[in-house]
Amino acid sequence: MSVESRPAHDLATLSFESLGRPITGPRALTDDWVRFWHLTFNIARTQWKMRFFGSALGYLWQLVRPLLLFGVLWVFFTQIAQVGQGAGAGPGQPEHFYGVQLLGSIVLFTFFAEGTSGSVRSVLDSEALVRKIQFPRLVIPLSVVLLSLFNLSLNLIVVFVFALASGVRPMLTWLELPLIIAMLAVLTTGLAMLLSAMMVYFRDISPIWEVATQVIFYASPVIIPLSIIQQKLSPPLVHLYMANPIATVLQQFRHAIINPATPSAGAALGGQIRLLIPIAIVVAIFWIGFYVFNRTAPYVAENL
Amino acid sequence: MSQVPAESGLPAIVAKNVTKTFRVPEERRHTLKERALHPRRRVRYETFQALNDVSFDVREGEFFGIAGRNGSGKSTLLKCLAGIYGADGQIWRRGRMSTLIELGVGFNPELAARDNVVVNGIMMGLSPREARKRYESVIKFAELEQFQDLKLKNYSSGMHVRLAFSVAIQVDADILLVDEILAVGDAAFQQKCFDVFNRLRDEGKTIVFVTHDMGSLKRFCHRAMLLERGSMVHLGDPDDVADRYLEINFGRDPEASASAGGHSGDGDARVVEVWVEDDQHERQAAVRQGERIAVRARVSFLVDVEDPQASLYVLNEEHKAVLIANTGLDHERSGRFSVGDEVIFSFSFDNVLAPGRYSLMLTLARRGTGLDVIDRFDSAFTFLVTASLAMGGLVDLPVEIAVDRVSAQVPEESPA
Repeated sequence: MSVESRPAHDLATLSFESLGRPITGPRALTDDWVRFWHLTFNIARTQWKMRFFGSALGYLWQLVRPLLLFGVLWVFFTQIAQVGQGAGAGPGQPEHFYGVQLLGSIVLFTFFAEGTSGSVRSVLDSEALVRKIQFPRLVIPLSVVLLSLFNLSLNLIVVFVFALASGVRPMLTWLELPLIIAMLAVLTTGLAMLLSAMMVYFRDISPIWEVATQVIFYASPVIIPLSIIQQKLSPPLVHLYMANPIATVLQQFRHAIINPATPSAGAALGGQIRLLIPIAIVVAIFWIGFYVFNRTAPYVAENL
Repeated sequence: MSQVPAESGLPAIVAKNVTKTFRVPEERRHTLKERALHPRRRVRYETFQALNDVSFDVREGEFFGIAGRNGSGKSTLLKCLAGIYGADGQIWRRGRMSTLIELGVGFNPELAARDNVVVNGIMMGLSPREARKRYESVIKFAELEQFQDLKLKNYSSGMHVRLAFSVAIQVDADILLVDEILAVGDAAFQQKCFDVFNRLRDEGKTIVFVTHDMGSLKRFCHRAMLLERGSMVHLGDPDDVADRYLEINFGRDPEASASAGGHSGDGDARVVEVWVEDDQHERQAAVRQGERIAVRARVSFLVDVEDPQASLYVLNEEHKAVLIANTGLDHERSGRFSVGDEVIFSFSFDNVLAPGRYSLMLTLARRGTGLDVIDRFDSAFTFLVTASLAMGGLVDLPVEIAVDRVSAQVPEESPA
């Protein structure tokens, strides 16, 4: 084998700094954050467009799902199970505006469920992209979460319209909304990263997560007002129940946005300082999710 | 082969000791259950070395070819350069890089051309504003103005490819990595692609081009590299690379070809050896198309034979005789040969054979019908013909081509 090598330059004489940018393998992140954002945003935007294009009622269909769920649950729990109809349902009582509380919780939970289960298969399904184009891998799950965030914003408008129509008055605590959404979004993103990365190696994450979502739905105060939990469980168990970050988010949403009479998340936890527990869980999940995703990102293209 | 561009400052790409090893698990475990049931059984991996210590550099403004057979590692190398695979070793680049590894990556069949063009452009590294600005010229180049509002799923595959290619070349990168995308599209579109590549080359873009079409390699590249089983076998002039490629591809094993032959006939003489010489009278196992070559056969006589004739059969890979020559035509009376005489019969001709592998058969017969065979040497020698372009015919004769308009309605070009 004769290897005739005619380098244009004697490499030994060139300092490596002058060779330009080193090319590393694929990564989760990037140096070019502008492109990172453009990619994430535009992928989410096209997905969003696709969902609504072709049917004039596109957005309405998007709304129908949570509204239908809301309708069924509302009829069942208020009319049959008599939740939110008793003594605690009057003005100034914790269960006042039960309908709005229920709708708000469903909308928030829908975001969580959509963002996580939508991203489980996202990396796997982006095989064509991953194998052909160099781009920060984190764009894939993030665009799914962003898409769910678009949906959430629209659905929240409906929640607020419904709330105002039901007699909820604007409050200063509405300013807490971005914080509440942010906490939920960080949690969702963390799980999205974790699940989409694990899915590459374990294909049964998808059905497992489907079941898990159901469990989380019933383990969180989506339907049940906190007052019922407080009646049935001893205070330490209530505190434990509230340490679930989703419970924290939902309860704080109810307290700050809809009905100040229902206890705040901090109060339900037994002290504002204990809010650090669910926040720590969210941060931990996000960190683990990022760590796992970052570790697997360079090898995703080879392992799909 | 074109002129190497004026030497510019620094190399656009430098690759140093690039090695890529894939780990292939012997059995793939895709479920948690399998992991849980056998927690302690280690997953065994087989390693597969796709690239082995490849070092090269690409100059700024150079059209650099990477050739190799299927599985030689050329696409893997491109993906390492593109940063899609991580590799051992070091790679540097200067300037903005764009990859055309596959056309229409991320195209969404449910969306119309505009959305797809914009998203694809962003993926290729444009900003959304740039991508939108270029939409018109993309559509124009793809000749799809009438079909803009159609969803992509209703496009024909040709339209799809045209759109994808148009997006790809609208991305203005300094370095373009191109994987055999020229293989798509009809002849007219391919020509258009070639034009674009010529234009890009003239604009001084650095282009790394992966191909196994030696024609386009020689047509475009200033320099090329040949990969074989993950190692760099040759680096340099595209013509040499193309020749080496054909050699490797069609196999070159003179030992095997020499022993492969079989003799038959009455045995009064023996065709001892057959070989091929190039125009420098050097023995060769591979000759280039267009050269004058000679086939020579050494015959040893065991008894006295009068006026024997030798026939040469040049057989292609399908064992069809492409060329038959017989000494009986102009050397009917070749003479009288006695025991122990050694004679060399020569057949010289301009090598118009299509590129590929040929085997030679030589027969020696007594004067007359040629059926009275003294010795017949099957597969006496195999040799290779290399050429820059395979047209597909059995032979490539010099063809003079003209296009003359016959119809009377020649549109009058205004002389002014």
